[in-house]
Amino acid sequence: MNRVLSGAAWVAAVALLVVSAAVIALSRGETINALWIVVCAVCAYMVAYRFYGLFIARRVVGLDPARTTPAMRHNDGLDYVPTDKYVLFGHHFAAIAGAGPLVGPVLAAQMGYLPGVLWILVGAVLAGAVQDFIVLFASTRRDGRSLGDMVRMEMGPVAGVIALIGVMLIMVILVAVLALVVVKALVGSPWGTFTVFCTIPIAMFMGVYGRFLRPGRIAEMSVIGFVLLMAAIVLGQPVSESPTLAPLFTFSGEALALMIIAYGFCASVLPVWFLLAPRDYLSTFLKIGAILALAVGIAVVQPHMQMPSVTRFIDGSGPVFSGALFPFLFITIACGAVSGFHALISSGTTPKMLENETQARLIGYGGMLTESFVAIMALIAACILHPGVYFAMNSPPALIGTDAATAAQTIASWGFAITPAELEQIARDVGESTILSRAGGAPTLAVGMAEILSGLIGGRGLMAFWYHFAILFEALFILTTVDAGTRVLRFMIQDLLGTAVPAMRNTQSWGANLVATSLAVGAWGYFLYQGVIDPLGGINTLWPLFGIANQMLAAIALTVCTVVLFKMKRQRHAWVTILPTVWLLICTLTAGWQKLFHPDPRIGFLAHADGFSQALAEGRILAPAKSAAEMSRVIVNDYVDAALTGLFMAIVVAMVVFGVIWVRRALATPGVTVNEVMGGQAPAGARHA
Amino acid sequence: MREAYDLYLGLRRAARLMVGVPDYDTYVAHRRLNHPEEPVMSYEEFFRFVQDRRFDGSGPPRCC
Repeated sequence: MNRVLSGAAWVAAVALLVVSAAVIALSRGETINALWIVVCAVCAYMVAYRFYGLFIARRVVGLDPARTTPAMRHNDGLDYVPTDKYVLFGHHFAAIAGAGPLVGPVLAAQMGYLPGVLWILVGAVLAGAVQDFIVLFASTRRDGRSLGDMVRMEMGPVAGVIALIGVMLIMVILVAVLALVVVKALVGSPWGTFTVFCTIPIAMFMGVYGRFLRPGRIAEMSVIGFVLLMAAIVLGQPVSESPTLAPLFTFSGEALALMIIAYGFCASVLPVWFLLAPRDYLSTFLKIGAILALAVGIAVVQPHMQMPSVTRFIDGSGPVFSGALFPFLFITIACGAVSGFHALISSGTTPKMLENETQARLIGYGGMLTESFVAIMALIAACILHPGVYFAMNSPPALIGTDAATAAQTIASWGFAITPAELEQIARDVGESTILSRAGGAPTLAVGMAEILSGLIGGRGLMAFWYHFAILFEALFILTTVDAGTRVLRFMIQDLLGTAVPAMRNTQSWGANLVATSLAVGAWGYFLYQGVIDPLGGINTLWPLFGIANQMLAAIALTVCTVVLFKMKRQRHAWVTILPTVWLLICTLTAGWQKLFHPDPRIGFLAHADGFSQALAEGRILAPAKSAAEMSRVIVNDYVDAALTGLFMAIVVAMVVFGVIWVRRALATPGVTVNEVMGGQAPAGARHA
Repeated sequence: MREAYDLYLGLRRAARLMVGVPDYDTYVAHRRLNHPEEPVMSYEEFFRFVQDRRFDGSGPPRCC
C-alpha cells in the first residue's frame, strides 16, 4: 500500500512539473507568477533527487551501506565524527552557499529569465549535483582527502600540481570579483558604507565577548551582534541624510577598493577570534536567515516576473556582460548550476563526518539542489523588477550616461519603456541618491529582495530598510570570504614558496606571514583595482574570468570523478560524469577563446588591447585613461587578463589529457586499480586532540 | 514536548557546526571512552581550540 501511495505521489510530482513547465513555456508575451517557476524548480529537484540521484547512488558509484566511513574509522570526537545527516546537511550547505549563486543569475537576467532558469535546473541536476555527490563519495572512500590529494593519488603528481595552481588562481579571481561586487554596491552610498563599516567594530566586540567575557557563548554573541547590526542599518538613514556625516561615508570606487585591500591585509594577519570568526558567525546565520526569508517572501507575496522570458540581448550585445548566450550564459551562471568550488568543500570537512556512505546522496546531491534553488530565487528577485530598472542599475555609465533622463531615454530605445521619474522614485524608495549603474548584481538583488520582503513585512515604508539589510547581508558574507580567501591564499603561497625557501613555510613566523599575505592581497588587489577603474564596470571583465575559472575547476573535478569510475571498473555508467565534463569543456574553451580572440573589443582582450595600442600610436587618449601612461596600463591589464585566460585554458586541457591517459591505462588493466582506503586499515596519520 | 526539545538540540548542533564548532558533548564522551587517562578540554578551551583552527589553512576555503 505504501509503495502504491509513494508511486502515486511521484506521478503527481512529475505531473506538477510538466504543468508548471508548460505554464512557463506557453505564457508568451504576458507576465507569469514567480510561483510557477518555484513549483517547476522544486518538482524538478524532487524528481531528479528521487530518480537520477538514486541511480547514481546505486548503479553509477554503488554506495555501500556496510562500508565504514572515515568518521567511523578515525573517530576522534572532533574532526572525524559520525554526524546526524540533517545536521551535516546544514554544515555542508552553509559551506557551499556563498555570493556566487546570488550574483551570477542576476547578471544573466539580461537575457531574460528563461535561459537562466533552464540552465540553473538542467546544470544543477546533470552537472553540479553530480560533481558534488561523486567528489564527496570519492573523498569519503579516501579518508576525506582533498581534491588536490585525490588528483595526485589517481592521476599522478604533475596533474596534482597543475590542479593546485588552478585552485590558487581561482582563489585570486574569486576574491577580486567578490570585493568588486562590494565596491560597486557601496560607491556613493553613505547609508550602505556606514552600515558595512559598522560591522567591523561590532565583530570586534563580539570577538572579545566570545573569547574572554563569555567564552564560547555563540548564540549570545550572535544575538548581540545581530541587534547591533540592525541598529547600524537604522542609524544609517540619519547618517546618510546628515550634511556633515554623509560626506564622511561617501567614497569613490577607487577609494573603496584601496580600503578593502588594506582591510583584507589587516584582517588576515589579525588573530581569527578578533574579527574573522565573529563575522563568520554573523554572516553564516544571516545568510541562512535571509535565504529562508526570501523563500517565504516569494511564496507569500507571489510576485510577477516583469522581465521578458527571452530578451534581444541573447545575441551578445547586452549592456550587463558582453557575449552571446552560448557560451557566456553558462559561464555567467557558474555557482547555482555547477560550481567547481564545491568540489573543494565536498572533499573538505564533510566527508570526515559522514555516518554512512549512503548519506552522500542527501548531502552531496541534495545540498547542490538546494544551492541551485537559491540561484533560482536570486533570478526571480532580479526578474520581478521592471526591466527598465534592471537595465538602469546594471548598465555602465559609458552606455546610459549619468543622469536619469539620458538613462531612461537610452533604455527606452532598447525597448524597455521607463520614465526618469520612475528611476528617481525607486532611488528614493531605497534611500539612495541614484540607482544608475549600480552594477555587480548585489544592488539589483537588494532591490528585488526589498520588493519581496517589504511585501511581507512593512510595506513601501520599509523598502529602504530592507534594501540596506540585503546590501549588508551580501557585503557581510562577501567580506568574510575576502578574509578567509586571503588567508587560504596566504597558506597556499607559503606552501609553494616553502619548496624553494623552507623558512617561508613557518606559519607562525611574522616575516613569512607578512610576505605571503602581501603577495596574496597584491594579487587580488591588482584585479580589483583594475576592475574598479574599468569604464565598462569591471564586472564585465572579471565575472567571465571568474566563471571560466570556476567551470574549469568543475571540469577538473569531474575529470577526476571519471577517472575514478574507470579505475573502479564502473565505466559502463561513466557517461554520467563524461557528459557534464564535455559540456564544461566546450563552454570554458569556447568562452576562453572568445575572451582572447573575439574581434569585438568588448569581448576579446586582445582586440581591446589592439584598439588602445592603435589609439596610443596615433596619440589619442581613450577613456578611462587620462594620459598616455594610463593608456599603457590598460594595455598591460588586457595582456594580463589574456594571459590568465590562456593559462586557465591550458590547465583544463592538460587535466583532460591526463584524464584520457589514466582512463586508457585503467581500461588496459584487467583489475580494479582505484586507490581507495579499505575498511580495516589503520588511521592515516594519527589524529591529535 | 520531547520531540520539540530534540529538534531544538538538533538545530543547535547544526547551527554550531555551520560555524565550525563541533558538538562538545560528543567530544567529551569520546575522550572519556577512548582516552580515560588523558585530560579533557573544558568547554572554553575546546571553543578556543576549534575557533583558532577553523581558518588555519588546514580546512577547505570558503565558497563563492
